[in-house]
Amino acid sequence: MRHIISVLLENEAGALSRVAGLFSARGYNIESLTVAPTEDSTLSRMTVVTVGSDEVIEQITKQLNKLIDVVKVIDLSDGDHIERELMLVKVRAVGKDREEMKRMADIFRGRIIDVTDKDYTIELTGTGSKLDAFLKALDRGAILETVRTGASGIGRGERVLRV
Amino acid sequence: MELTGAEIVVRCLQEEGVEYVFGYPGGAVLFIYDELFKQDRVKHVLVRHEQGAVHAADGYARSTDKVGVSLVTSGPGVTNAVTGIATAYMDSIPHVVITGQVPTHAIGLDAFQECDTVGITRPCVKHNFLVKDVKDIALTMKKAFYIAATGRPGPVVVDIPKDVTNAKAEFNYPASIEMRSYNPVVKGHPGQIKKAIQALMKAKRPMIYTGGGVVLGGAAEELARLVRLLGFPCTNTLMGLGAFPATDRQFLGMLGMHGTYEANMAMQHCDVLLAIGARFDDRVIGNPKHFFAEPRTIIHVDIDPSSISKRVKVDIPIVGNVRDVLRDLIRHLDAAKEQPDREALKTWWTQIELWRSRDCLKYDRASAIIKPQYVIEKLYEVTKGEAFVTSDVGQHQMWAAQFYKFDKPRRWINSGGLGTMGFGLPAAMGVQLAHPGAAVACVTGEASVQMCIQELSTCKQYRLPIKVVNLNNKYMGMVRQWQEFFHGNRYAESYMDALPDFVKLAESYGHTGMKIEKPADVEPALKEAFARKDELVFMDFITDQTENVFPMVPGGKGLSEMILV
Repeated sequence: MRHIISVLLENEAGALSRVAGLFSARGYNIESLTVAPTEDSTLSRMTVVTVGSDEVIEQITKQLNKLIDVVKVIDLSDGDHIERELMLVKVRAVGKDREEMKRMADIFRGRIIDVTDKDYTIELTGTGSKLDAFLKALDRGAILETVRTGASGIGRGERVLRV
Repeated sequence: MELTGAEIVVRCLQEEGVEYVFGYPGGAVLFIYDELFKQDRVKHVLVRHEQGAVHAADGYARSTDKVGVSLVTSGPGVTNAVTGIATAYMDSIPHVVITGQVPTHAIGLDAFQECDTVGITRPCVKHNFLVKDVKDIALTMKKAFYIAATGRPGPVVVDIPKDVTNAKAEFNYPASIEMRSYNPVVKGHPGQIKKAIQALMKAKRPMIYTGGGVVLGGAAEELARLVRLLGFPCTNTLMGLGAFPATDRQFLGMLGMHGTYEANMAMQHCDVLLAIGARFDDRVIGNPKHFFAEPRTIIHVDIDPSSISKRVKVDIPIVGNVRDVLRDLIRHLDAAKEQPDREALKTWWTQIELWRSRDCLKYDRASAIIKPQYVIEKLYEVTKGEAFVTSDVGQHQMWAAQFYKFDKPRRWINSGGLGTMGFGLPAAMGVQLAHPGAAVACVTGEASVQMCIQELSTCKQYRLPIKVVNLNNKYMGMVRQWQEFFHGNRYAESYMDALPDFVKLAESYGHTGMKIEKPADVEPALKEAFARKDELVFMDFITDQTENVFPMVPGGKGLSEMILV
């Protein structure tokens, strides 16, 4: 099953490689991994999306907790949570496609953030499946380039991950 | 007053009460060596290869309850040390490894003797640090010792670039330390302890299975009290030998791949299993599917939550320091009105004695060729069971584990997890330095001992009177045994051709050598060797080339599917 795990860790050099190394050394899957410092610059917050049986997920959270740099770990999938991913898509926008691309971006509530006479760059935020749906809706030949951040997650309501 | 980074490193070692540093100098650590030279509180032991340094510090740590310390230079110094670091990691040995690094301005430029130490060692350390500012050395060293020794222990690498050891800063060694990201659990959960007691009281066929965690956690006394209070059978893993007295009637011997028939059968057929400081690894329970085929309630005590329900699903997990949890269990038992089911226990013991009567460790005592088991039995008798025994890896290791009856913890020093050949001799150096005057035997084989044979030179320099018991069968015996059982007797590359004359080799290093070829000479040779209290004696026992280790649970088989002699 897919799980989304949030990790609060010391903002130290090498902390990211400890997590990435743990996943590869123990053969766990990483679908995506995002990390950046928090409002407290001594801490980083990481979101890891992974797939595994309950036993594997239990081991993943235990092994993450065991890393010395890791302060706290929660499995967001244990409760209500929100997840978002950012994607930038560069599409060909010439001739009749130019209007079509603008319309598609509007339908998916994306924003065009860069324009040339040949292409648009569209910014889109949402769950991974929404981003997938957007790409599917576009003419494949029109897509010049995509870049996605991977999911970031946060618990709903009073569910808070902090020191 | 400001001190240099190198002075600070040495002052930290002094503050930690470090007695010995095992190491080998080189360019990146010259400032540190210069400071070691100027003082005499921390003694340095010069090895002949960095692997030996780490194993020696490891042996020192295993035989005491102190943190081992080693010091190596950058690049090849580190890569040579990696085997030793991984060995300590697999067996959870507290260890601080100080490594030199090229100057900070040269890092990442493929400088001479540069390697990514933090990257290379990351998967085989509990934690590691690269210290880029001289002001951080003292705090980092404090953290390193704290992390190495607490919780589930392990090796910690502190990588220090050369320019940092020559820069200056004020020295303040913190008296204590707190880390928000590292807080090992000590006390077991009271509710879980109560549940465990209830399960133990209901048991009809109970079993206590303990591992290296009891030794590392200093809980041997508590374990003995608990086992006797309950009247249950007890087995130890390879890493746990000595945690419960091997001469006690309640001890069933070691379990696992080369465990005793009675221990493996009791493990397989018990209905309540109390596992303490052990991790159900592949060499212990064999095929997990076969193990699960028998239903049983499992109580698992361990300081490391990730050890629980890793290979085997546990019914009653108790996370905590083994000693504290055992004390809690004993307190509950003392206060409990209930008693274990004595009637059922009697039946269970009758069954166990039947298994025990199978005499699974028997071997041909009338043999005209020296049997390796016989050498270990005699070693046990001659040393009155009081020796510290280190070993390498292979058949000799298993025979030492089966036939030397360890009554005390920290006497049996071997590489259980990583299975590192070459461990025994350097480890014995650390043990002998930690216990001057004590009898220290290194049980080894002609293949293993050659992997760190250069340390005989270190033994001479520091006058370490280790007794090397070389079980020489001219084969990598365990490899040969597997080839005999599973590869149609094709002994691919397991024959040790062109062996050195070990007697002359020992003599060339300035030691005493003995070659023993007849069973009748075994005991006299051992007696003479141990009577030479100030000498290293290398005993080359020419043993039966075809002898195998029994019982054996073949890979992929279940615990009760042993090959018996």
